[in-house]
Formats: sequence, C-alpha cells, structure tokens
Amino acid sequence: MKKTSADVLPAVGGQGNEPLLAVDNLHVEFHTRAGVVRAVNGVSYTVAPGETLAVLGESGSGKSVTAQAIMGILDMPPAVIPKGEIRFKGTDLLKLSEHDRTHVRGQRIAMIFQDALSALNPVFTVGWQISEMFRVHRGMSKSEAMKKAVELMDRVRIPAAKQRVHDYPHQFSGGMRQRIMIAMSIALDPEVLIADEPTTALDVTVQAQIMELLAELQRESQMGLILITHDLGVVADVADKIAVMYAGRIVENAPVYDIYKAPAHPYTKGLLDSIPRVDQKGHELYAIKGLPPNLLDLPTGCAFHPRCPLRQENCVTDAPPLYEISGTRGSACHYWREVLDGERR
Amino acid sequence: MSNPTPPVGPGLPETQTMVSDTVTAPAPERQGRHAKKSGKPASLWTDAWYDLRRRPTFIISMIIIVVLLVMSIWPSLFTSIDPFNARSCDLATARQGPSAGHVFGRDNLGCDLYARTVYGARNSIVIGVLTTVLTTVIGGLLGIIAGYRSGIVDTVASRITEIFFAIPSILGALLIAATFRGQYNSILLVIIALSVLGWPMVYRIMRAAVITAKSQDFVVAAKALGAGSGRIMFRHLLPNSLASVIVVGTINLGNFIAAEAALSFLGVGVQSPDISWGLMIADARNRFLEAPLPLVIPAVFLSITVLAFIMLGDAVRDALDPKLR
Repeated sequence: MKKTSADVLPAVGGQGNEPLLAVDNLHVEFHTRAGVVRAVNGVSYTVAPGETLAVLGESGSGKSVTAQAIMGILDMPPAVIPKGEIRFKGTDLLKLSEHDRTHVRGQRIAMIFQDALSALNPVFTVGWQISEMFRVHRGMSKSEAMKKAVELMDRVRIPAAKQRVHDYPHQFSGGMRQRIMIAMSIALDPEVLIADEPTTALDVTVQAQIMELLAELQRESQMGLILITHDLGVVADVADKIAVMYAGRIVENAPVYDIYKAPAHPYTKGLLDSIPRVDQKGHELYAIKGLPPNLLDLPTGCAFHPRCPLRQENCVTDAPPLYEISGTRGSACHYWREVLDGERR
Repeated sequence: MSNPTPPVGPGLPETQTMVSDTVTAPAPERQGRHAKKSGKPASLWTDAWYDLRRRPTFIISMIIIVVLLVMSIWPSLFTSIDPFNARSCDLATARQGPSAGHVFGRDNLGCDLYARTVYGARNSIVIGVLTTVLTTVIGGLLGIIAGYRSGIVDTVASRITEIFFAIPSILGALLIAATFRGQYNSILLVIIALSVLGWPMVYRIMRAAVITAKSQDFVVAAKALGAGSGRIMFRHLLPNSLASVIVVGTINLGNFIAAEAALSFLGVGVQSPDISWGLMIADARNRFLEAPLPLVIPAVFLSITVLAFIMLGDAVRDALDPKLR
C-alpha cells in the first residue's frame, strides 16, 4: 500500500486553535544574474475552513510567488526561501521532505491555474487526466476512476460529461477547460484550494459562472479558498477577507466589507478609485501615478512612497509595520488614520 | 494536409463538439470517434491509430515495410533460389541480362540478382531496426533525465554527448568496425558501431523537447496536483516530447540502413558470404558500365526502404500531435 497524506499530516484538527493554513513572515528571493529579486518580503496571512481569502495586487506584487511557495512548486534554485513558515494545520510545510510534500500537493492543498489550456496535458483526454488523480492517489482501477471522473465533470457542471470525457483539452472552450481544471483540483477533496487568477483568461459572463461554481464547491466541502486576483470586481462577491499586496508585502488586510467602505492604505484607495463607475461617465478615469517598483532595487522606507499622494518625509526612511487598526484589520501606512478619515470626510 | 473527418453522428457537423459555456444549454448528443466503445478511455495511441489508418502516406509506407519485413523473415517466400547455395551461381552466366527465371539477371559471379537482393533485405532491416531501437532508448532515456533534472546532471550528460557528436559518424563507425573486425559477428559489430555514434542525435532532440515541455503550465500543474518525478517524466514529459523523437527515429532508421551500406561498401560492414545491399553495391561497382543492373537493383531497394521509413515517420508524427487533427 502506498503512503498516504494521512501518514504525513494529521487527518483533522491539528494543534489547538491553529488556523487551517497560516503563512507567517514568508520571504522569497530569486537569485538571478542581475541580482537578488526580493519577490516576497514578509507576507503573513491565514485561511480558516470555509473561508475565502482574496489576495489582491498588481503584476509583480508577489501574490503568485507566495502561492507557489505554499504549493512548493517554485524552482529552487533560483528561488530561495530565507525566512518564514507555511503552517498547514500546525505543520511547517517548508520543513517537510520533498517526498512528504508530494503527498500534501493535490491531496491536502490543490491549485488551479490562470490558463487552463496550457495547464492541461494536450496529449491526454480530459477524462484520462481527471481519472489519473484517482488512479495514482487512490489506487482505483481504470474503469472505477473513469466513472469518478464523469461524476466530477458533472459536479463542475460540464454538459454531456459522459460523452465529453473522451475529448482532448483543445476541444473545449475556455470556461469548460477551467471547469475541468477545477474538477482535477478538487478530485481528492483538498482542504485548501489556491486559485491563481482563475478567471483572468475568461470573458466576463464566464468569469461570474466560474466564481459561482467555486463558491458553491466551497460551501459543499468547507475548504479554505485562496483567491489570487487583480480584479476587484471578482473579489467583492465571494471573498470574506482581502489581503492587498504591494512589492512583496501585505499593505492592508481587512474583511471585505470594511475595505470597500473605507480603505486604510493609499494604495488600496488608489485601486478602488481606479475602478470605472457609472456616475463618473465623462470624467477622466483615476490611475495610480508611476510604475510598480523594481524588485531588484526596492525603494527605501515604504515601498509605495514614490507613488503615494500622501507621502511625508518619514515615508522615505522608515518602513511602516503592519499597524493594527482593529482585531481583523491592519494597514502598513504611517498615516492610515488620515487615509481612513479622508475617506469618511 | 488531408485531415480525415471522424465518423460523426448523422447530420452532426464536427463543429458541434464545442459546447457553449452556458450551463443550461442542451448538450448536443455527440457521437465521438470512440462512441462504439463508450466507457473506455481513448488513449493517445488509439486515437493516433484511428487517424493513421486514414492516411495514404501511412498506408503506402506500411505496405512497403510489411513486404520488406516478410521478405527479411521468410525470403524463401519470394524466391525459390537459395543464393547461399554455391550451385545456384554459374560463373559462365555472369552479368547476364534479365531472362526467364532470373528477372533481374545475374551478377558478377553469375548468381541470381533477384534472390540475392531478397536475401539481402534481412541484414539491412535488422541492422536498421536494432540500431534505431538502441539509439532511441539510450539517447531518449539520457535526454529525458538530463532535460528534467537539469543542473549538473544535464551538464555532464551534454558534455559527454558533445564528445561523441564531434566524431564524424562514418569515420568513427569505420574505426570501430575495423578495430574489432573478425572478433565479433559482423552484423552485431555494425549495429554497435552505428549505435555508439548515433545516440547523441536522439539525446539532443529529446532533451530539447523535454526542456520545452517542462516549462509548460501543465507540468507545473501536474506537480501542484501531487505527481512525482517519475510520473512527470514518463506521463507528462515523454508523450509530449515523443513526436519529434519518433520522427528522428524513423529518419535515422533510413540513415542507418544507408550507413550500413556505406560500411559494407567500404569493406568493414557485413562480410561475404553474408548478403547485404551495401555489399552488393560494392561488388557491382567495378563493372557498373558493362552491367548496371547489379548495382541499380540493390540501390533501388535501398532507396525505397529508406523512403518508406521516412514517410512512416512523417505520418506518425502528424497522427501523434492532437493539435494537428
């Protein structure tokens, strides 16, 4: 009998009131020829069962790298994790052997990718790929596994699953492919699902369907969902809490309602202000000035200071810690009070 | 390129396989190409086979190859003359033109040319096939490991390969075959000489294909969903890199048959009294202007064989690539 994930990690519970997944002060660097790229600089967040955490940020903010570090799919080298912990039910995944981590991947923590066409193997039918999960990890026979694959395809609402199970990935439309990717990732009932921009490659109506599907699956199985996105519209409906990332750090975290009502960081405020609104028709759309920082050479002090409209002298020299605003809320801005007040004006 | 349409249910065009994203949309009753054995997964190979059977290049090359294979296994089916029997040759009739019972005439020693050509197929095919299998296994295995592991493993394997690559293959094979000549079976020696110098080509193709495939999302996704190294290498990387290796393999097969002919022509390959096409060409060259047939006939057989394998390689490549369908 093969070693199962239960041998590696406790099946349920974990230690005391440990959250399901906790990322703690994670640092990730890439050692490249041009120098050290500090992609993640002390990120911490937690996910509870049944909870949806949205990780928000622009390209290069480190949100995907954090997710890849959780999955253990970073190429090391060039990637290095000099500091930090990733605790799954109290066990630090970074301390597990590569062999043990293979048992965590897919079975306890699974991931879906942005572009489902390239994330599916082009030479095998989708049924083969979904059923492979059962054959490899559950030791099922071919026909049994195929039956389960059809069930799963039904569960992610693929019409005529029984016939389509023999089709190749390229024969499906974008939305259907993402459903197949989701089916593969939930095949082994993972406790945490990481969705890395699952709807970015899809058109708007399909985006809504996929988000709805993810929310439904989450309700059924009570898994923790980490939703990585740069789309504020996607986040509002499904997320419980939001972590906003900038230059490899979390600049604000808060329950979703609070952040939309009144952001406590100038960067979050800038993001919210740059959403087009009907009542602004005819006005110029707001945009955050400047460019994202060069990760090879981060600005001193607060990484956002070169673009910040509220910049003061100490922003250039002192890096702000993540100030606690309330029990569930934090902001990495020296002037979070002013940002909050400005919003309530 | 002709893309044969799979049998589709009555009145259902192939375009209907794209189901719309609307969940409530009625699903078209699709009769897949494997509808008759529903419930059974259609593997890459079943689909490729389905596709191949409809390709004229595949059918033609396969007919030629099957005939050649039968010829090399049971040559007596094609001719009643046994060329290994000295009594079937008659020096008095040397270089005689085609006549009844001797369709291609006789060679320099008065032996029946047709019978010798038929019996020569075996050595050419055996050498071609075994050398291809050997080089593909060695080069492919090393290539997939070097490509997947990268780093020091890749560096070492690649430098070793380059050393072998630097040796001109006919010259190297000539050296190996000449050095060990007489110590081993001459056919085995040709296979080894060609394999030792032939695998780096396959290695390079495989390694490049694996490196390309490795960076694709589906390999990362497979890893993220819990696949181990072995599974990633042989389930995800190998099938996606195989197409180019198969093409190179079949082209190589033709080249190896030609290389065998060259070695035999130079006198270090297959030795008399064994028969091979290369040897026959070598024997006939002195009297080519007087009697062209003893050279032309084995040369034509050689060309057709090489062509058939290259055509097969082409067809298989197209069939194995699902995106081309």
